[in-house]
Amino acid sequence: MRLAGTLRALPVMLRVGFADAVAYRAELLVWVLSTTMPLIMLALWSAVARDGPLGRFGQAEFTAYFLATFIVRQVTGSWISWQMNYEIRRGTLSMRLLRPVHPLVAYGVESLGVLPLRVVVSLPVAAIVLAVVGSGMLPRGPGMWALCGAALAGSWLLTFLVSFGIGSLAFYLESSVKVMEVWLALFFVFSGYLVPIELFPPALRTVADALPFRYQIGLPVELLTSAHGWPEALALVGRQWLFVAGAAGAALLVWNGGLKRFAAFGG
Amino acid sequence: MMRYVRLFGVQLRASTLTLLQYRLDFATEGVLEVFWAITALIPLLVIFGERSSVAGWSFGEALLVTGWFTLLQAILEGAINPSLASVVDHIRTGTLDFVLLKPADAQFLVSTARFQPWRATNVLTAAVVFGFAFHELGRAPSPWGVGAALLLLGSSTLLLYSLWILSVSAAFYVVKVDNLTHLFSSIFDAARWPSSVFRGLLAYLFTFVIPLALMTTYPALALLGKLSPLALVAALAGSVTFALVSRLVWLRALGKYTSASS
Repeated sequence: MRLAGTLRALPVMLRVGFADAVAYRAELLVWVLSTTMPLIMLALWSAVARDGPLGRFGQAEFTAYFLATFIVRQVTGSWISWQMNYEIRRGTLSMRLLRPVHPLVAYGVESLGVLPLRVVVSLPVAAIVLAVVGSGMLPRGPGMWALCGAALAGSWLLTFLVSFGIGSLAFYLESSVKVMEVWLALFFVFSGYLVPIELFPPALRTVADALPFRYQIGLPVELLTSAHGWPEALALVGRQWLFVAGAAGAALLVWNGGLKRFAAFGG
Repeated sequence: MMRYVRLFGVQLRASTLTLLQYRLDFATEGVLEVFWAITALIPLLVIFGERSSVAGWSFGEALLVTGWFTLLQAILEGAINPSLASVVDHIRTGTLDFVLLKPADAQFLVSTARFQPWRATNVLTAAVVFGFAFHELGRAPSPWGVGAALLLLGSSTLLLYSLWILSVSAAFYVVKVDNLTHLFSSIFDAARWPSSVFRGLLAYLFTFVIPLALMTTYPALALLGKLSPLALVAALAGSVTFALVSRLVWLRALGKYTSASS
């Protein structure tokens, strides 16, 4: 019953999410413009490549890698932990709890509603990559594309679930914004956002492989730029989805435990 | 003049007292700031593990630029950002009235309204980075280099502040600019590398339009003793001009202010 109801509400919720994104399009544009880090990193690594390639990375590879990073960050980013902190502190979360849809689904659908706009923003960047680098680095064959899709979906889910879990920590702490900041800092270092994982020294690479961060950005980017053969790609996407499952379990655990402590303010 | 110095002291004390109410915040924020500064060094460590120079800069030299970046970021986020972010709020809600009524210059009052000294922990991080850089270079900076660098520190701070005043002035026209502050920090992120990393249009943009090169690369060059006296004078003159222009723009924008309540 509850599942059927949720399914019936989905299209409307998606439309609401989309309308919301359109209403705040100027704000979205500023957020997009402020994603400068991949471009700043691209400038640095291009300067490195001018003196000769590093590993398999030449000028073209770096351009493809960091512009793909920009795109993946655009379509998989999540901000709900900030929103949840706000809603839990203000007590407005109670409005969500009254609805017959699980807040996890509601938050998820709201975030999905923004995706079309973010894809639109990413298209010119994708066009630039193709114009500058050509299509030689793109994945070959429908199978590889499907795997890319799975990796992108996995990285969206992983980022969303982690954000949801850390947002739920606000039930226990007064504010979990700082926890999110620690996560972000680690994410910057270990996800391949600043440095392609391949270029890490071996010891650091092993660490990055075992942490969840590289499955948020690095993996889809690597697959989109054909960095891996089939067996390796499959193993990595498999590991990514294990992290997704783990994050889902942990996030729900934190949410369920925290909800019991929730006392809506001013209710 | 004396009055403004005293006023500055009062404003600083008020922020410090507010801050002391949140001591735990002070510690955790401080630690986080240092942590972020360290993540900024990771790409350099990886690159110089493989190469001895990038865009004409050795490891020690590039570290100097990053040190300046860390230092200026500490100044930006500790002393410039907090005050001016609250101006945007004042403009939107109309409470700027109360500032304008006070018998002192409005730009001075809003610029000194709030400080966040925990951001200043990164001044220490910057000092460590400088130490490391000169250890790497194997020599100390010349007294003339240090003097020039200190002058440039003043002019860089002035530049940052002026750029900020320009962005805030935009708030009088478009009101919703709290995002702009974020955008501004994102653009400033580009100052972490030596300016010769950038090519073409970006190199031009970052020297003349948004003078990031003047802020971090020039002081680093000064410390290395590679900055010509002519460039030093040009940088100082440029930043003073920038400050004057921003003052004029601020005054014009202030004329546009129509309180929110009326």
